[in-house]
Amino acid sequence: MSIQVKDIHKQFGSFVALDKVSLEFPTGELVALLGPSGCGKTTLLRIIAGLESADSGQVLLDGEDASGTHVRERQVGFVFQHYALFRHMTVFDNVAFGMRMKPRSQRPSDKQIRTKVHDLLKLVQLDWLADRFPAQLSGGQRQRIALARALAVEPRVLLLDEPFGALDAKVRKELRRWLRNLHDELHITSIFVTHDQEEALEVADRVVLMDHGKVEQIGTPEEVYRHPATPFVYSFLGSVNLFHGRIEGDTVQVGEDVLPHVPHGFDHGAEVVAFARPHELDIVIDGEAGNGVAARISRILAFGVTARVELDGVNGASGQHFEVELTRSRVLELGLAEGQAVRLVPSRLKLFERETVGGVLQ
Amino acid sequence: MAATKTFRVLPGFNITLGFTLAYLSLIVLIPLSAVFLKTTSLSFAEYWHVVTAPRVVATYKLSFGLSLVAAAINSVFGLMLAWALVRYSFPGKRLVDALVDLPFALPTAVAGIALTALYAKNGWIGQYLDPLGIQVAFKPLGILVALVFIGLPFVVRTVQPILEDLDTELEEAATSLGAHRWQTFRHVILPILLPALLTGFALAFARAVGEYGSVIFIAGNIPMVSEITPLMIITKLEQYDYAGATAIATVMLMLSFTLLLIINGLQAWTSKRTGRDR
Repeated sequence: MSIQVKDIHKQFGSFVALDKVSLEFPTGELVALLGPSGCGKTTLLRIIAGLESADSGQVLLDGEDASGTHVRERQVGFVFQHYALFRHMTVFDNVAFGMRMKPRSQRPSDKQIRTKVHDLLKLVQLDWLADRFPAQLSGGQRQRIALARALAVEPRVLLLDEPFGALDAKVRKELRRWLRNLHDELHITSIFVTHDQEEALEVADRVVLMDHGKVEQIGTPEEVYRHPATPFVYSFLGSVNLFHGRIEGDTVQVGEDVLPHVPHGFDHGAEVVAFARPHELDIVIDGEAGNGVAARISRILAFGVTARVELDGVNGASGQHFEVELTRSRVLELGLAEGQAVRLVPSRLKLFERETVGGVLQ
Repeated sequence: MAATKTFRVLPGFNITLGFTLAYLSLIVLIPLSAVFLKTTSLSFAEYWHVVTAPRVVATYKLSFGLSLVAAAINSVFGLMLAWALVRYSFPGKRLVDALVDLPFALPTAVAGIALTALYAKNGWIGQYLDPLGIQVAFKPLGILVALVFIGLPFVVRTVQPILEDLDTELEEAATSLGAHRWQTFRHVILPILLPALLTGFALAFARAVGEYGSVIFIAGNIPMVSEITPLMIITKLEQYDYAGATAIATVMLMLSFTLLLIINGLQAWTSKRTGRDR
């Protein structure tokens, strides 16, 4: 089932949680709503579910206006961050709950319920836990049971609110992969909310980036990562180095230093913010002045294949911190040491005009 | 046998256990055993005669029956009151919250007199009930009103904290699974509240059984009709029939104890079912 939201506006007191948000979620896709806490992503999910109502705007489920439809009639499966399992019921009873609550005329027989519950428990690979109580399960198991419970009512869409937020890093990673596989199996339109960019990029077909109640960018994980549309998206997705500078001819002037770059579409003298990912910066030991930004190495973390070099800016970028990712062999080749003065030369640079940056960046 | 010494995380287990037992003996067990001891001055035949006298038996029925009914009424309305106090905000909520405890603080005799004045035939409320053929004061119904009054805070105060802890997500989950309001209440909320509700019920019941002050004013104390067991005990005492008084007291004690034990067992069973003791 496709989901459409149109001009959704929601305010809590004077705080604008959602500012005229319009989105479309095509059938069968797994979409991530990604953003920092307080960006309105959970509110949007709850409005789609019908657990909250918008001040204005519409939610269309399969093209039909669902604004007046109660949660129970919307046929949405909702998975909560803290599982919300019924602790006085066994795993079996939890999963069977939705089917047992149906009006007598539509209720499946006990036998059908039993078969269905066991099928679902098999689907989430926890068939052997049917008689346990939620308190006896681990966090990851509980969330899988919660998912099975939501699927039991055959929802038309699946909404997951930070489903892995309360789990530890290892389990979270496992469950991500598992959720992706499950979705590939079921193809049910799903939206999940997360503040973890890695999770969103890894699991989702498409990512919706939100900030301050507004949609910043929509795209496939690769699109949003490779071509961030706004400074917010750039800095939110992964580590980033940023330079404040001014366009001077074919270069970006950062204080007394110069970043070689061929800027397009910027006026001479425009104030810009330049972004580069850690792997897009190179370290030059004895570059002449005027080529690259001067910095001093503060720390070298070289374990694993890649080494991370942390630097403090001097001159034009003093007081700023930079992070560069190099191969270990490159670090050895250059003979880098802590305290050494070097220059940073970007291989790729993304520029945004300063005005558009506003107060978004810290 | 290799005896490994086990260490407890919290200190003072022995001393707290010792103190608990000594304290309980001093405050509860010794006075209660004195009651049983005093009864032994009666022969069994005399004892049996005292405790099964028709007038006394009528009081058991009245006291325990009405106490159970009062506790049941308080469970229903106490739950509603707690629900309103936790879930909704309305003007004067704090005031209402404070009012709930008032039956605790008020001398019960004051409550009894006030209720009698209200529900008597010419009282503020009684004058409207009388034409309908409903008499409250000086009838068992009046006793029930008094018992409901004094037992009100127990259920509210035991259920309230559980309700405050209850995650609204549970209700949202139930609703999103298609449950109607009543189903959500019946299958999700009530089972979680049940142990606390039973505790409140037990406390309200125990309080009602032992209540004297407020009841004697409104009861009218008509033999075989509206006499409560505590009144029988006082009556015997006033006639210097100490052994007779304690005999009735032992029956009361045993009956109360049995009922409380049953309620406690029920509570243990429900909390096991709600998975709370895991």
